[in-house]
Amino acid sequence: MKTSLYINLQRKIILIVLVVSLAPLILLGGTIYYQFAGMYKDKIEEQIRYRAKAQAEAVDVFLKERITLLNTVACTHTLSELTDEQHLSEIFSVMNSKGGAFVDLGIINNNGQQVAYMGPYDLLGLNYYQQPWFGEVVSKGIYISDVYFGYRQLPHFIIAVLRQENQNTWIMRATIDPDVFCAIVRSAQVGKTGDAYIVNKAGVYQTQPRFDGEILSKSHLDTALFGREATVIEQKDGQKGEVLYAGYWLKTPRWLLVISQEAAEEMSGLLVTRNVEIVIIVLGLLAIIMTTVFMTRLFVRRLKEADNKINAMNAQLMHSDKLAALGKMGASVAHEINNPLVVVMQKIGWMEDLLEEEDIQKTKNLEEYKITISKIDHHLDRIRKVVHNMLGYARRMEPRLEKVDINETLNQTIDLLENYARINNIDIQTDLASDVPIIANDQAQLQQVFLNLISNAIDAISKDGLIEIESRSTDSHIVVTISDDGPGIPKDQQKKVFEPFFTTKETEKGTGLGLWISYDIMEKMGGTIMFENKEGKGSTFTVKIPIVLPEKE
Amino acid sequence: MVKIPTRVLLVDDEKDFVEMLSLRLQEAGEKISAAYSGKECLDTLEKTNIDVVVLDIKMPGMDGMETLGEIRKRFPLVEVIMLTGHGSTETAVEGMKSGAFDYLMKPADFDDLTAKLEGARKRKDEQEERIRKAEATLLLRKGGNI
Amino acid sequence: MELFSILVVDDEEDFVETLVNRLKKRTIDAVGVLSGEDALELLGKREFDVVILDIKMPGGMDGIETLKEIKKIQPLAEVILLTGHASVESSIEGMRLGAFDYVLKPIKLEELFPKVAQAFEKKDVHNQKIRSAKIKQSLRYW
Ligand SMILES: Nc1ncnc2c1ncn2[C@@H]1O[C@H](COP(=O)(O)OP(=O)(O)OP(=O)(O)O)[C@@H](O)[C@H]1O
Ligand SMILES: [Mg+2]
Ligand SMILES: [Mg+2]
Ligand SMILES: [Mg+2]
Repeated sequence: MKTSLYINLQRKIILIVLVVSLAPLILLGGTIYYQFAGMYKDKIEEQIRYRAKAQAEAVDVFLKERITLLNTVACTHTLSELTDEQHLSEIFSVMNSKGGAFVDLGIINNNGQQVAYMGPYDLLGLNYYQQPWFGEVVSKGIYISDVYFGYRQLPHFIIAVLRQENQNTWIMRATIDPDVFCAIVRSAQVGKTGDAYIVNKAGVYQTQPRFDGEILSKSHLDTALFGREATVIEQKDGQKGEVLYAGYWLKTPRWLLVISQEAAEEMSGLLVTRNVEIVIIVLGLLAIIMTTVFMTRLFVRRLKEADNKINAMNAQLMHSDKLAALGKMGASVAHEINNPLVVVMQKIGWMEDLLEEEDIQKTKNLEEYKITISKIDHHLDRIRKVVHNMLGYARRMEPRLEKVDINETLNQTIDLLENYARINNIDIQTDLASDVPIIANDQAQLQQVFLNLISNAIDAISKDGLIEIESRSTDSHIVVTISDDGPGIPKDQQKKVFEPFFTTKETEKGTGLGLWISYDIMEKMGGTIMFENKEGKGSTFTVKIPIVLPEKE
Repeated sequence: MVKIPTRVLLVDDEKDFVEMLSLRLQEAGEKISAAYSGKECLDTLEKTNIDVVVLDIKMPGMDGMETLGEIRKRFPLVEVIMLTGHGSTETAVEGMKSGAFDYLMKPADFDDLTAKLEGARKRKDEQEERIRKAEATLLLRKGGNI
Repeated sequence: MELFSILVVDDEEDFVETLVNRLKKRTIDAVGVLSGEDALELLGKREFDVVILDIKMPGGMDGIETLKEIKKIQPLAEVILLTGHASVESSIEGMRLGAFDYVLKPIKLEELFPKVAQAFEKKDVHNQKIRSAKIKQSLRYW
């Protein structure tokens, strides 16, 4: 349940960081792309519109030239001159060599009769009176036809001009070479998908489009969409997707020059840009996500470690609080027990004494009495020891400060225990650093701690062994280690050794208060006491005493 | 074994006697301080650690018995050997009853003096040893472990 | 006849009574009193070789004060202090003031007796010296 807390926290942090850092990135990318795309599209439209207009103008110029040419010829010649075949042929060849693109040339009198003809077909004598354009030429003076098949079964269109010669009116008609015309229009076809063609008002192809349909078939363009200026429209077109159409109405005939382009092709530059942007953004995202996840993990792990440390510290604090509270309680209980114990022990002693009286000597249960009394005595003695130890703890809670030489204190303590060690064939070796400073501390309490640790070491070894005692100083502490080559402290006991009354010794040999008292003393003076099992055998107790220098006198 | 010197304080109003005696005792390896009156004696005790005071009974001002009383009161562990003149054994007995270690008749035999100094020193050592032991058992708490 | 005399001073009546009984049973001239004042009064009247003195007596004189007074009245009487755990330090202080030794409560006779014996011996040695001084004085053989 604790871990889920950290996982939750981790999730939250990752989410927030990602949202905060990714949102602007994506937004920025999107906006820039959108803006750029808009500009790009405008540019493309502009370009295609321009092309449509330029091409339309070129076509217009082409048509105007033909019209002018026809008008000039018509106006500078009389009908009789033109009906002269020889003459007409000369004129035709001059026209084709100067301007060109005329397939044939015919002269039609006011009855609609073609009176002269120059061209590849045999059209002389045909009557156009019934043709709709005939009337139009007569009324308007100039006529440009839509493309149609006509007699010759080829798509073509004609230009006709009216000539007023005195009382006589006649018409000069020329067919424009559809190949030349188409080529002019087609020259605006660019790229792989670009198209250029002309449709009439009804949307019928006047030139062969590159892709969609045949000349004279109906295109799917609605010409009404195109206004007076060059207009660009965008249409969806089946398999091709978006297609841009730019249209420009020609001046002379009501034809619409259309330039089309698949948007995709035009936009390919933009697409490349977009893809590059997407790649950059995606890489950026990945980098952000990875760093975020990594950093957050690291952070949460650190946090977890710190938490664990604090918890351990708290646990230890609670532990030492517990020990202190136990100590105070134990001491006051012991005090209460001690007073009656003083009397009880004397009373038992007195009873023992009385057993020596003559009259009692004669009772048959004398032995029983003696045994019983000595048993009571023995167990009272046990109580007495425990009580003494407990009270020993309570004694002098307030440490007093004096000048303490740790090395000397160690030596004194070793002196006290030397006999005890020697009897058990235990060697005590010391390695005391000479630079250990004199500190202000409570010598008796320190001696108590050393005494407990060294006698524990002796007890642990029991017989034949070595105790090594070292002192050294760091900047802030004097460190004393006491290590033995006894059996060490088993894992399951390691947590308990500092608890009061925890002992593995025989009932009457240890009360289990030694380490507890030592722990308490060290704690009170702001030091520490720790142990670890040695690699090979035995254990090492380490005491750290804070260095407080005595005040100068 | 190296002899640990006994710290002796000689108290007498006769300077020559004190000087002569301190020379000899120093020769014998003791550490000697000197005082020429009861008051000076108490001041010295205040300042220096002394094992045994050799105290003249008859001095002007604060006399020996008075000084002895003060010593017993203020420095109970310090042993006192009294120097008495002829015919003043009663005072010596009085002194011993109030705790003086022993007495010597003036002019004292030097060997007698060193023997008694040693006795006094020993009695003081014994008391100090008991105190040291008491302090040790206080530490050991185990009562009888050592 | 009794070997030597002991004065027991403690505020715990049951304890004093039993201890005195047990000492008497060992042919020791033992007397018990329940306060420092009583002890001093008695010491003013008769001599004791050893005084077993409780260092902590509620109300009235405490052990250390009583000890100082005893040393004034009977400088040669040896004092053994009875002490609880909380007052071991005062007892050691008492030894610096001339008490012979201390024993920890609850006491066992086995622990007490050797100390009493030593204390008595010390006093006895001193008394011997005084006696021989007296003898020398009365003989005036110098
Ligand atoms: N150096 C050591 N090697 C092995 N075990 C040890 C060592 N020191 C302590 N212990 C273990 O810790 C227990 C508790 O020690 P502690 O000093 O608190 O009590 P004790 O020695 O049993 O009794 P007490 O010191 O009160 O007489 C011991 O009984 C022993 O099992
Ligand atoms: Mg222990
Ligand atoms: Mg004199
Ligand atoms: Mg009491």
